[in-house]
Amino acid sequence: MNAIIVSAILGVVMMFSGMFTKHKSTITLTAIAALFILLGANLLNSYGIFSIQVNTHELLYFNKLGLYFNTILIAATLIFVLLSGREIENVGINTAEYYALIFFVLCGTTILTSFNGLLMLFLGIEIMSIPLYILTGAEKRNLKSNEASLKYFLMGAFSTGIMLMGIALLYGATGSFALSGQSVLPPSVGIPGASFLQAGGLILLFVSMCFKVSAAPFHFWTPDVYDGAPTVFTSFMATIVKAAGFFAFIKVFDANAALLGPSWKILLSIVIIATLFVGNITAVFQRSIKRMLAYSSIAQAGFMLFALYSYNDMAYQGILLYTVAYCLATIGFFAVLMKVKDYTFDGLNGLAAASPVLAFAATVFLLSLAGIPLTAGFFAKYYMLASVVKAGGALWIVIAAVLFAAVSVYYYFKVIQSMYFKEGQPELNEISTGFKVGVLLLAAGIITIGVLPSIVLNWLYF
Amino acid sequence: MIALLLLLIPLATGLICFGLKQGNAAKHFSLLASVATLALALVAVYTPTAIGYDTAWLSDLGSRFTLKMDGMGKMLCLLTAVVYPLIFTAVYRNEYKNASAFFGLMLLTQAGLMGVFLATDALLFYFFWELALIPVYFLCSLWGGEKRIAVTFKFFIYTFIGSLLMLVGLLYMYFQTADHSFSINSLYAVKLDAAHQSLLFWLFFVAFAIKMPIFPFHTWQPDAYEQSPTATTMVMSGVMVKMGIFAVIRWLIPMFPLATVQFSNTVIILSVIGMVYASFIAIRQDDIKRLIAYSSIAHIGLMSAAIFTNNSSALNGVMIQMFNHGINVIGLWILADMIEQQLGTRKLSELGGLAQKAPAMAILLVVMALANIALPLTNAFVGEFLMFNGLFRYNIWIAAVAGISIILAAVYTLNMVQKIIYGNLSVKTENAIDLPLNIKFALVIIALLVIVFGVFPQPMIELTKDSVTALFVKK
Repeated sequence: MNAIIVSAILGVVMMFSGMFTKHKSTITLTAIAALFILLGANLLNSYGIFSIQVNTHELLYFNKLGLYFNTILIAATLIFVLLSGREIENVGINTAEYYALIFFVLCGTTILTSFNGLLMLFLGIEIMSIPLYILTGAEKRNLKSNEASLKYFLMGAFSTGIMLMGIALLYGATGSFALSGQSVLPPSVGIPGASFLQAGGLILLFVSMCFKVSAAPFHFWTPDVYDGAPTVFTSFMATIVKAAGFFAFIKVFDANAALLGPSWKILLSIVIIATLFVGNITAVFQRSIKRMLAYSSIAQAGFMLFALYSYNDMAYQGILLYTVAYCLATIGFFAVLMKVKDYTFDGLNGLAAASPVLAFAATVFLLSLAGIPLTAGFFAKYYMLASVVKAGGALWIVIAAVLFAAVSVYYYFKVIQSMYFKEGQPELNEISTGFKVGVLLLAAGIITIGVLPSIVLNWLYF
Repeated sequence: MIALLLLLIPLATGLICFGLKQGNAAKHFSLLASVATLALALVAVYTPTAIGYDTAWLSDLGSRFTLKMDGMGKMLCLLTAVVYPLIFTAVYRNEYKNASAFFGLMLLTQAGLMGVFLATDALLFYFFWELALIPVYFLCSLWGGEKRIAVTFKFFIYTFIGSLLMLVGLLYMYFQTADHSFSINSLYAVKLDAAHQSLLFWLFFVAFAIKMPIFPFHTWQPDAYEQSPTATTMVMSGVMVKMGIFAVIRWLIPMFPLATVQFSNTVIILSVIGMVYASFIAIRQDDIKRLIAYSSIAHIGLMSAAIFTNNSSALNGVMIQMFNHGINVIGLWILADMIEQQLGTRKLSELGGLAQKAPAMAILLVVMALANIALPLTNAFVGEFLMFNGLFRYNIWIAAVAGISIILAAVYTLNMVQKIIYGNLSVKTENAIDLPLNIKFALVIIALLVIVFGVFPQPMIELTKDSVTALFVKK
């Protein structure tokens, strides 16, 4: 409960911080301090030292996994603000509000890691999404940003409608919002076609969750929104928000998937393959790195969906590891990208000569995203694939996935080629020493997890 | 402990190399490091007892950091260790921009190669398999010829697809093991039915076949060899291709004995097609590097065919030949590099008459060429003889077709020798001078190895005997 309450309060605090100071860097510092407080509050809760007790009438349920996931997401946000705080300040004049919205998003994500019923799921998703619509349109005078915001809002509202419809059908069939899908209606109350209603509800829920995590064929908003939004918020959306969406997705279908019978695996296989296909193949043809990353984030979602496919202990460990690996690498790479003025592949030509540190760190991030051994990304993909094999899944889907992973190497390595093997004079923004140290530490962290993934997973058990 | 040091010395010195500011310092330092590794490898080879190292690594995943050296491992580690000082000596006078990174990456590759030959834990093996690849990618793309980026990329994607397929196979095997472990003995103990074996056989085999490379997975190889900086080409064709052959013997055949029997005919036919096809193409080449590249495909094809003949003398031949081919091909690359550096061309049509200008080079080239044809008294003869012997016993017709490649090898190799050292001087070769001391030194050592192992191959057969017997016991 700590994280939900503290993040909501800190959001309000951040909103008012703009009244007391006009210095943007002071506001950023306040946000960093606030994130540390939030992280501390969540850790106190995880270790059972202190937690705020509120009777939620079983609408919320806190377990080790969820709290640990909170820690990961808050820590990722902290790294994000530490590396890219300067860029948040540069978006516009309302720095305090941006931070406030980020905290509200975090409030939503903390609900998504602890909901114990469809009602709270809905609330969590909405609390998380609405601030994002605003953040997407934060560049008021940029037409693309406006367009992205409107598009995101309309599509988001539409998918929320579908989700509500699904929840309504489920409620109608079972008489409860419980995740288990067990009917609480007395046998005397006969609902005609209850199982049919339930299956329909679940499918609608599935569609809306697919939309939130940008799985194909519900991904069409993603490239436009990620491309149009201010880059710094794209980084936030593509990592923390998406990971939280996945966590909720997995949690909802953990108990429910069985109700859909064997068709569930078929449905999911189609979505996974379509997502991997669309994400990877389209990313190959992009000229802008930012847009390429949008498609690559769709492709990565395809891999994360394997956790739903297998549902075993390795799947849960895998989604944790995947979240860590993917968030760190993507946040790091976006942070480097924002230091370059031109987001096309050619804009990075010769970066290795201009700034060896940035190029090296970016290379580690890209290798991790591509899933090359010795980086965290390898074990992320490894756990996902292993969980499917362990669950006795068809080997063809695993083989298809690794072939798409090989395709992803193509577009990630194109960036490395630009940085190292092509001549050019990239136009760079001012780069501070602190930033260089930061990205190097992040790269070192990714390699460390790549050699010893247990340092992430062991936390789950202590 | 020796096993661990064989891995750690190149790894640590490679990383230190990146930190060195001066290119020359890196050059000297890496030469010293490679000599230290060689000394250690010699100690390892002469240690009669088994050498190994074992410590916990990823206990959640059932993977341990296990290194173990059997005869084949010792032999290939020795090859890796011998080759590096020779390469560093041969390129001693070459100028590389950003030399510290170049030598650092070279040493990291060595660490990866050592790891591949030492690891007896499948996941660890996979890690090193990739670790050997990534530095090579950067080496080729940064210091290669003009078409380097596209060519190296093709090479990387090819081998990466192979590795990923192998990973899927490994995962499947892992869940079949009784104790859920990646250790080699648990994997050997898995008894799969024939249908599953044949699927998994191909998942692994494609990865190894791309690395070797075997027809039809070879298309990356001539381009990559041609475009890479010669020092890297030497590592690739001298040692890296052996990774594929080694992996087939170490992992593939013992894990899937049924599928090996089932598909040995297919693999042998593919290999023989590759041999003849590559030999014919080699005849048509005008570029020395491409000629050596195709000749290398033919040699590797023979080794791969011999492995699958299920004949212990052929396997003995493969063991000897892995070492000897590594040495010989490096001799040829050193000469090719020398010619290119000195005369600015690699085209046979622009060369000629070098025997008058550079007698030492001519003599050494003839020695390397004869070894490439596998003439008796050169080291390659024993190995090729044993391998052909096995192939004859397997199927006389296949052996006959494969035999064509011996004749063709003589055609293209002697043609190359003739065009380089005989005939009239050309515009390019008029001002040629003889070999510089460092190259002469490296080549003389190689020539000595060629002759010593040609006359006296027994130590090498003794060294790898245990691996050969072990494979036949397991089957």
